[in-house]
Formats: sequence, structure tokens, C-alpha cells
Amino acid sequence: MSAPAGAHRTAERADGVFEGSTGLRVAVVDYGAGNLVSIEQALTTVGARVAIARDGDVLADADALVVPGVGAAAPAMERLTTAGLVDPIRRWIATGRPFLGICLGLQLLFEASDEDGAETLGVLRGRATKLADAPTLPHIGWNQVDRRREHSIFTGIAPGADFYFVHSYAGRPEGVTGEAAILAETRHGSPFVSAVARENVLGVQFHPERSGGDGLRLLANFARWATALAAGRGAEYSPVGAGGTSGGD
Amino acid sequence: MLRRRVIPCLDVAAGRVVKGTRFVDLVDEGDPPELAARYAAEGADELVFLDITASVESRSTLLEIVERTARTSFIPLTVGGGVRSADEMRAVLRAGADKVSLNTAAVADPQLIAACARTFGSQAVVVAIDARRLVDRGAWEVVVKGGREPTGLDAVEWARRAVELGAGELLVTSMDRDGTRSGFDTELLRSITSVVRVPVIASGGAAGPDDFVAAVRDGGADAVLAASIFHRRLHSIADVKRAMAAAGLPVRATQGVAA
Repeated sequence: MSAPAGAHRTAERADGVFEGSTGLRVAVVDYGAGNLVSIEQALTTVGARVAIARDGDVLADADALVVPGVGAAAPAMERLTTAGLVDPIRRWIATGRPFLGICLGLQLLFEASDEDGAETLGVLRGRATKLADAPTLPHIGWNQVDRRREHSIFTGIAPGADFYFVHSYAGRPEGVTGEAAILAETRHGSPFVSAVARENVLGVQFHPERSGGDGLRLLANFARWATALAAGRGAEYSPVGAGGTSGGD
Repeated sequence: MLRRRVIPCLDVAAGRVVKGTRFVDLVDEGDPPELAARYAAEGADELVFLDITASVESRSTLLEIVERTARTSFIPLTVGGGVRSADEMRAVLRAGADKVSLNTAAVADPQLIAACARTFGSQAVVVAIDARRLVDRGAWEVVVKGGREPTGLDAVEWARRAVELGAGELLVTSMDRDGTRSGFDTELLRSITSVVRVPVIASGGAAGPDDFVAAVRDGGADAVLAASIFHRRLHSIADVKRAMAAAGLPVRATQGVAA
């Protein structure tokens, strides 16, 4: 996929290469539309190294994978397909490596989206559905994230803390495994699932990179969780630096 | 529960924040990213940048300002002023904006709203409506080009149309009240919020914390925007949120943002 005309100079800085020698290496998938500056800056601020992934190559050097994104599911899946990223992302998740989906990146984990009927990644059972009984739509602004259970990504963050949302659809998990993945809920009209966690897969419907101090705290927690998870996988796959845990315990 | 947002607005001309009265008589108010960082630290829920000169030369300056701000303030950023195409919108988003606001170009070509919503999603498309009250009538006319050009369009009708075309949010400015500190035009706001389901940001006329309460309670606004009262430190964001909370409106606690 080519960079659009008029793309801003420094937004391309992290393109495809991890710079420096310490810190978790996070590949952030780019599919052409949204703001990547904020997620790159937020991850860098919490000590990670970031490379923007426009194809599958970057994933070979990465310790963790982040799929951000806003907008509709069908064009996003089309762009991921064109960039040859669908299979690498599925393989990444299937092999137990740390994954974080943000907003649309969470919705894509489900099997399909009601928004445009798109078939999505199918990592989690269920589909993205329109927010029910919402007084305003899109759901834009800060809202409370109520945890159903604890997880290390919420360490140091008060229960019910506010995070920034901007969306009209949300993933609705189905079945026993889908239900079990629910980590947090938020109410706008009817409650919807605002965070999921299953083994190596995390997903948040809100934007931690736009959620002030608590957002940065959550991303720092993600980096720590990913570092521990990657280290636990042993020498075959170990982060460089990141607390000096390479090789595992 | 969804919080009602307080949004400082930074009007930018030639790389500086400025503020006028009824869109003219501009006064220099400071460096955009510096002011943005101050507001983020003081508890702003979001920031709006409007490039009020919107010239070709100012565009690269604006993109630089957007990126510097996106890298120092971890709160959402809406950018508007002179965006005429989906490609221009893409450049602004890639510089670090979360939403782009369309104004004059959307009036000239309403299909621009649909094209941008299709490409980037409705949630990224804000339509800014500058409205002027028609004398002796309970109606408002849309004005464009920074208030210099009347359009003959009815503001409420245009709001409805913009949402149909894909606007995910409306930024409604009363030109009569802009910079006058005489309170928001809550009738204008109510006329619009009662016919659209998307969030509406109230703008133009903030004098004190009570006006923010009125914009939400009487105008039905989801978010309230102000410029000069914050730039000149007449009131803090915390003052405004205290008043809103005291009136029973849900607000996000003001807290520092570690950048």
C-alpha cells in the first residue's frame, strides 16, 4: 500500500524499522486511514519501540502486535487483505504472542460486523453490533469502564475510571468462550463490552492513546504484560531489553 | 455514564493561537502546542484547532502544530479550517488529528461529507455550522468563509442534512455570540439537538461556568467549547466542571495528564 500524497513527513518516521536497542518492540498495523501518531507516541512514552507495519515483514522482528483503527470493518478488512496482513495477524494470535486490538482493532477479532456484513478475523466468537438504545450515536466522549474481573492491564487504575470512546458498533461475544473473554463493560444506553482478554489476546473499545494519564498507565501495563508473556515463551522468541528478561526465567 | 465534555478551542493563524470578536479583531493568545498541553493538564476533555486563515501556506504549519500537539497531549484532537477533499482530510488525520471538521467546503459540496464519512467513518467527520440569527424570526442562517458570506441556508435544515450525509458530530457556533461573552444561543442549540441524534458541540458566547450548564441543560449540547475565557484565564476548566457537576451533569474528574 502506498503512502498517500500529502502524508505528513514525520508520520513516516517509524516506518517498518525498530530503532534503538532496548524496550519492547511493538508493531502497529497501518491500514491507511486514521491517526497513528498518537498510538506511536503513547507507546514510545511508556518505553516501547514502535514500528509501523504496512505488510507482514515487520512482524518477524516484533515482540507485540497492536491493531488500532477507526471506521468501518469492510474497508479495513479489504486493506488488511491487500497488504497481505490477514494471515500473519491470525498466525500471530494463534501462536500465542501478545496482541492488543484498539477500537475497530477489537471489533475485527470477532467473526463478522453488522455494520457492512464484513467477515472479520474470527478469533473470538460473536459479532460487532450497533450500540443498542444509545441516546446519542456515535458514542463520542469519556465514559466509565466497569471491570467484570481483574487483569494486569488495569493495575493502578481506579475501578470505573473514564476512558475516551468514539464508535457506533461494539463486539458482542457469543458462547461460553466468548462470554468468558469479557473483561469490562460500559453503559451508553444498554451496556456493551468495552474490553476483552483471552490468553494472549487483549482488546479495548476505547482509545488508551487518547485517554490521558490512565490511558498511558494502561499501555504501560500492556507493555509489561507483553514483555512477561514474550519472555515466558523462551529463547525461540524473546524481547530484547525490556527489563533484561530475555531468555525467560 | 457518558460525560459532558469541556473543550478549549484554539483558533490558529500563522502558527499562533488568536482570538477575535464576531470572527474579527484578532488578538494573539500564544503557542498552540503549549496552550494545548496546559489545557490537557488542566483537565480538558478534548481540543479543537481551527485554522482560521485556511490558506495553502498555512496548511503545512498547521500539520506541524497538529503533530507537535498529538505528541504532547494525550487527549482527542479535532482539526478544522480549509479542508476541501478526502485527501486533505487524510493528511490531517495522519498528522495526528482524531477528527476533522468541515465547514465552507461542505456547504459548497455536501457530497464531501459523504465521501469523507465513507473513507474515514462518520466518527471522524465533524460538520461545523456557523449560524447567524435572522432578525425578527426564530430562525438562523448558515454563514461561511469565516462569517463573511451568508448562504441563505437554514441552519437547522443544514444540520439535519449534514447528519443524513454522514456527519458524526456537529460543532454549532453562534456567530452573534462569538467572543462576546453573552452566553450560548441555547435556542439555536435546542433547535438542532432536538432534530439530530449525533452529539452536538456548543460554541460561541461563553462567559462563565453557568453558561456551560445552560448549553447542556437548556440547549441539549453534548459538549461545550470555549476559547477566550480559558486563554485569558478568566475561568479554569476545573471551575467550569465544578459548576456542571453541581448542576447534576456528569463530568470527567479533572486530573493531570503525565506527558
